[in-house]
Amino acid sequence: MASANGNWALTAVAAAALAAAALYAARAAYDWSDERIAANERARVVARLNSVLEPALRGRDLTTTLLGITDAEHLGSDGPVDVFVLTDRGAPMATVFATVAPHGYNAAIDLLIGVAPIGTVTGVRVVRHRETQGLGDAIDIARSDWMLQFDGKALTSPPPELWAIEQDEGEFDAISGATVTSRAVVAAVKNTLLYFEQHRDELYARAAEAANAGRASPP
Amino acid sequence: MTPTTSSFREAIAPLWRDNLALAQLLGLCPLLAVTTTVVNGVALGLASAAVVVIASTAMSALKRALKPAARLPVALLILATLVTVVDLFSEALFYDLHGKLGIFIPLIVVNSGLLAHAENVASRRSVGFTLLSALATGFGFLLAFVALGAFREIVGHGTLLSDIELLAGESYRGMRLDLGVGGVLVAILPPGAFFGLGLLLALRNRLTATKPQDRSSSGTPR
Repeated sequence: MASANGNWALTAVAAAALAAAALYAARAAYDWSDERIAANERARVVARLNSVLEPALRGRDLTTTLLGITDAEHLGSDGPVDVFVLTDRGAPMATVFATVAPHGYNAAIDLLIGVAPIGTVTGVRVVRHRETQGLGDAIDIARSDWMLQFDGKALTSPPPELWAIEQDEGEFDAISGATVTSRAVVAAVKNTLLYFEQHRDELYARAAEAANAGRASPP
Repeated sequence: MTPTTSSFREAIAPLWRDNLALAQLLGLCPLLAVTTTVVNGVALGLASAAVVVIASTAMSALKRALKPAARLPVALLILATLVTVVDLFSEALFYDLHGKLGIFIPLIVVNSGLLAHAENVASRRSVGFTLLSALATGFGFLLAFVALGAFREIVGHGTLLSDIELLAGESYRGMRLDLGVGGVLVAILPPGAFFGLGLLLALRNRLTATKPQDRSSSGTPR
């Protein structure tokens, strides 16, 4: 039986042809799916923007300006982080940060954090996480209400030194069995508020600039 | 018994008697990891089945063209390509589900059971036999995913078919069943996967113990 199997020349030709076909197939699959995947990611973020806005703003037709902000210390990523500034006829109504909590239990946690112009949190949701099923996944609103405790909080209430979980003498509940996860999320929300406090005017100016540029050049 | 019948029986043995997960105990890592719900299990089971059917059939078709020493690299090339394609397609079409399965779609490529099939069966048997046997292997593996996923979802969440809309589309959301029982958290944690697998193996042994068994044909341990 083994002697019936081809010679090396035939093997080389077959393997080379197969390798070429494999490259072609992988490339074709990538080309076919690349834009769909990017669209899926965008749709997921935009659909969730509403969930972190204050209820009165949900579903309203606001102008959304996307900025890419790089600030590893506050926004948790070495690369640019999506920041959405939502305006109504030029007046800033809300800012939504796609902050990363880098120190999740299993991996970084991607968050969406809504901040009102006065600096209060209007909502926090998790976009993507790898936390332990049944424990850390309580950060997902589908599993528990834990994320709702940030609503209405600001750097003045509680004061910055109390922006920590109870185990660290802070004011926030921790998910039982998921201290690391809880700590990571609280820190990420606090850092986002710090960033917002320091850069609010700059963010609004950049958003207005981008909106003006968009108007000057018709689509 | 005609030769045709006996080779048919041999080809479909991986469906139950030589089941990849439940008899050969291969591919347990993804099985234990993703079966927190039926839908997760079905998704990864289907992906694995598609990969083994195409890879084994292709390897069988190529068997006369390849020297034995070249078979393994070529099998890996085919598996890696298929898994890449499945990974990209599932992220494009089932974005949320793909997020839940995470690393386990790419890891299909190192599923020893699928590789063993593409190597052992495909190198010796006809294309037709290999295709049938690969189908049996894939769906037998899927069966294990569904069984363990159902057990863990019912006991752990008290539901069945939750997240079905991620796989079948939004209009199937209503297929989710709330059984009003369960909530035993351990079932969806890693230890629960082992308990569930142990119970499944016990059940399988119980069901097969009454029948005379050809011991020589049980699996290809790796």
